[in-house]
Amino acid sequence: MTLGGLLTGPPAVVAAGVDVFSDALRTQGAEVHDVDWRPPGFGSAEDIAALALDPRRASANRAAVERILAAGSQLVDVRPASEVIGLRDRMLLHSGPPLTWETASGPMRGALIAACLFEEWATDVEDAERILAAGEITLDPCHHHRTVGPMAGVTSPSMWMWCLKDPVNGGQAFCNLNEGLGKVLRMGAFNDEVITRLRWMRDVLGPILSKAVRGSIDAGNDPIDVKAILAQMLQMGDEGHNRNRAGSLMALRELSPSIVAVDAPSSDIAEVLRFIGGNEHFYLNLGMPTAKLAMDAARGVPGSSLVTVMARNGTEFGIQTAGTGDRWFTGPAQTPVGLYLGDYGPDDANPDIGDSAIMETYGVGGFSMAAAPAIVRFVGGTVPDALATTERMYQLTLAENPAMAIPIMGFRGSPTGIDVLKVARTGWLPQINTGMAGRIAGTGQVGAGLVQPPQECFEKALVALAEAARTA
Amino acid sequence: MLRSGVYADSVKLMQVSRDIGARDGVSAVLVAMATPLNLELAAGMGLAPDEDASPEQLLIAIRADDAEVLAAAESAVDAALAARERSTGTAAAVPQRTIGAGLDDLPPDTPALAIISVPGPYAVAEAADAIAAGRSVLVFSDGVPVEHEVALKHAAHAAGVLVMGPDCGTAIVSGVALGFANVVRPGPVGLVAASGTGAQQISCLLDMAGVGVSHVLGVGGRDLSEAVGGLATLDALAALDADPATERVLLVSKPPAPSVAAAVAAAADELTVPVRSAVLSPETPDLTAAVEALLTDMGMDVPTWPSRPGPAESAVPGATLKGLYSGGTLADETMLLAAPALGDIRSNTPLKPELALGDDLFAAGHVVIDFGDDALTVGRAHPMIDPTLRLEAIAAVAAGNEPAVLLLDVVLGYGADPDPAAALEPALTAAREAAEFPLPVVVALIGTEGDPQGWSRQADALEAAGAAVFASNAAATRYALDLLGASK
Repeated sequence: MTLGGLLTGPPAVVAAGVDVFSDALRTQGAEVHDVDWRPPGFGSAEDIAALALDPRRASANRAAVERILAAGSQLVDVRPASEVIGLRDRMLLHSGPPLTWETASGPMRGALIAACLFEEWATDVEDAERILAAGEITLDPCHHHRTVGPMAGVTSPSMWMWCLKDPVNGGQAFCNLNEGLGKVLRMGAFNDEVITRLRWMRDVLGPILSKAVRGSIDAGNDPIDVKAILAQMLQMGDEGHNRNRAGSLMALRELSPSIVAVDAPSSDIAEVLRFIGGNEHFYLNLGMPTAKLAMDAARGVPGSSLVTVMARNGTEFGIQTAGTGDRWFTGPAQTPVGLYLGDYGPDDANPDIGDSAIMETYGVGGFSMAAAPAIVRFVGGTVPDALATTERMYQLTLAENPAMAIPIMGFRGSPTGIDVLKVARTGWLPQINTGMAGRIAGTGQVGAGLVQPPQECFEKALVALAEAARTA
Repeated sequence: MLRSGVYADSVKLMQVSRDIGARDGVSAVLVAMATPLNLELAAGMGLAPDEDASPEQLLIAIRADDAEVLAAAESAVDAALAARERSTGTAAAVPQRTIGAGLDDLPPDTPALAIISVPGPYAVAEAADAIAAGRSVLVFSDGVPVEHEVALKHAAHAAGVLVMGPDCGTAIVSGVALGFANVVRPGPVGLVAASGTGAQQISCLLDMAGVGVSHVLGVGGRDLSEAVGGLATLDALAALDADPATERVLLVSKPPAPSVAAAVAAAADELTVPVRSAVLSPETPDLTAAVEALLTDMGMDVPTWPSRPGPAESAVPGATLKGLYSGGTLADETMLLAAPALGDIRSNTPLKPELALGDDLFAAGHVVIDFGDDALTVGRAHPMIDPTLRLEAIAAVAAGNEPAVLLLDVVLGYGADPDPAAALEPALTAAREAAEFPLPVVVALIGTEGDPQGWSRQADALEAAGAAVFASNAAATRYALDLLGASK
């Protein structure tokens, strides 16, 4: 129809700017919606215009979004990191953008120390600090290896990895096994309890999960559909980042028959089931590679302003976009605001850390806060706050993911695909739900709460995307 | 202490712990279910319970300065656990920040468009939102770079929608007046306008002749320039050609780039709907004449355009024309009509570059000033809303020692000053009293009886201030030339 049907009847008007015109329209009885326009939160007018006018943008973003929405996630194997991602001796992965021992924060250092002790590359904490400081251990971001890791994300060669596959786009993604809460490596703790648990995970949990997952597939069963669990979680009060209760139980339900069928001492089987059942975040390490699969599918789409990675290493927050490949755009990590365990307080918390913001990048976690009103209370908020957060995130994103329906939003799909241009124009930053690690190495978890990326990441990404648009 | 039979989720308990911990005299608090992890935390704080605990029990561990504080803290814990949260299931209102967000909420099959009046450098992103949503957009903002305009109009063409503007002040779509537009009757004539006040003059005269408009589609003052190439004009013509309500089209513009004018004329010839030009040029300087020709095309009588003759007076021989305009196209029309009789007319928007006024708007000789020009609206509202600069100019003409005829436009309609005569009347009266010479005042009053300001009410007031008033700017200009003794 000509001009989209504009001339077929009195038009409704959506107005941005001075209200004189809207007032005149109202006196005529016209339907007028004023948007609450503000100058962009950041970015030069030239850069915003360059992106807004990039003829590639609309189709590139559509292509990126389609790949994300189409992506599936199947649990196909559990194998040691040395085998699946070729993690070699004396090499450790960590969360977030690249960093060095010198720039690593307390919990990151604690986790690296724990990994050196666990791998027996060091005899004690001082020895571990020495070899790390001497550069004897190669450090590399998880994200550079199709891998994600919660909190410190430190992954060592003999850790067992969930191996996930996207049957639609063909991608693979990996994540280590969740250790539970309290004193754990990923929160920067490295005492005997931590190392003992990691050894048990290496010697008992990993092999049993591996045999269970392979055994089930070998018996002709479909691989576990991890994305389907995430979709169900949103119907059950989880948002998939800070709250994984329903998801962890559903994962246990899916895995239990195969675990019980593994030929292993019944005491080990019982311990594995008890461990999984006692860990409310067990699913997180399955959800993260599920999100990673989808976001990796959107990589490398020239002209797309969609964010493919948000990740933090405890020192810096980094993002990547579909239109700028593997380039990191970083800024200083912020300290979450939230509630503290025991008598820990704000002074004890480390700045934001972990690859788990991949959940928000995918549209769940803080973006689907409305699905998990319990989470908003971490900052003393209310249920309306949770709904408002998700409403706000819709204005930052390019699509609604129909697979991730949020009941209280009238089953609207989760807000998916952060658009750097929309972040700049609204001046609103993505909302992330997160755990908090103690800032002193060895402390462990001190709380959980809400955090936002530093605006700087998005400022830098906008400049780079605009530059790419001009030279395209 | 341990309590049995009490359960609260961990988030609630962390909140309670935080609130109690903030009380004076309380140094440490842990209110939590007595899980092994929490018992360990309590032990770390030196607050381990004396008795054996089970995870179903609630652990309340408080260290306080004295027993009184402790008791108060304990009862505060009980009160906090018993308190019911006010539950509401509705979201706090989230404002929509962009045109894209606003258009998202409209049903896709309703006719709709976006109006953008944000600062020019930011208008492009909002306009691009509308185009991406498959909606036409009116960009009122000025200061939009021409390369943005071209890119937007190409994108709009590809998306099958129209960009009206930038710097588009006037449009009427299916009877809805957008921006500066007059209350005119519905009818068969469609206007494509690269000129806001030109479209207002034409639609008002048509209304006075009993002919209505189907739509007035503004395209922005630069659309017929070489750089833009008439992109929106061509799309608007095609849209009106396809519109069943439109039987005839009138194209109105300031003087266009010749190559673009030719291309547009060629495209117009291909259409089914007859297109008449009201494009200003030295050969066709008269918008009123274009309306009259259209009426003749339609087999209608040309009416006598309303006017108020004003006092019988004439200017001192040698007087100059001082045209003080708020409408750019009306100023152009006046200069085109007057130049053959008066010779050079200096202006801030001159017909020829060598006639440009410098910084001094009050130069001697024949002068026509467009107060709506971008350079004079930086940091202030359009003169149709804010008359300050023009009132100053009127006083300046009166205070000068140069005999003159004052020619003004007054534009009525939506968006304009709700009572422009109220400000002009005392200014004109004062000017005529202050001037050393007779100062005849001629006003082109652009509007209709249906306008919020009412044409006759404004005409009465202006006449009372000693002005001659005309509904046609061309007629007003010719009257001024008569007063100057310069009419042909």
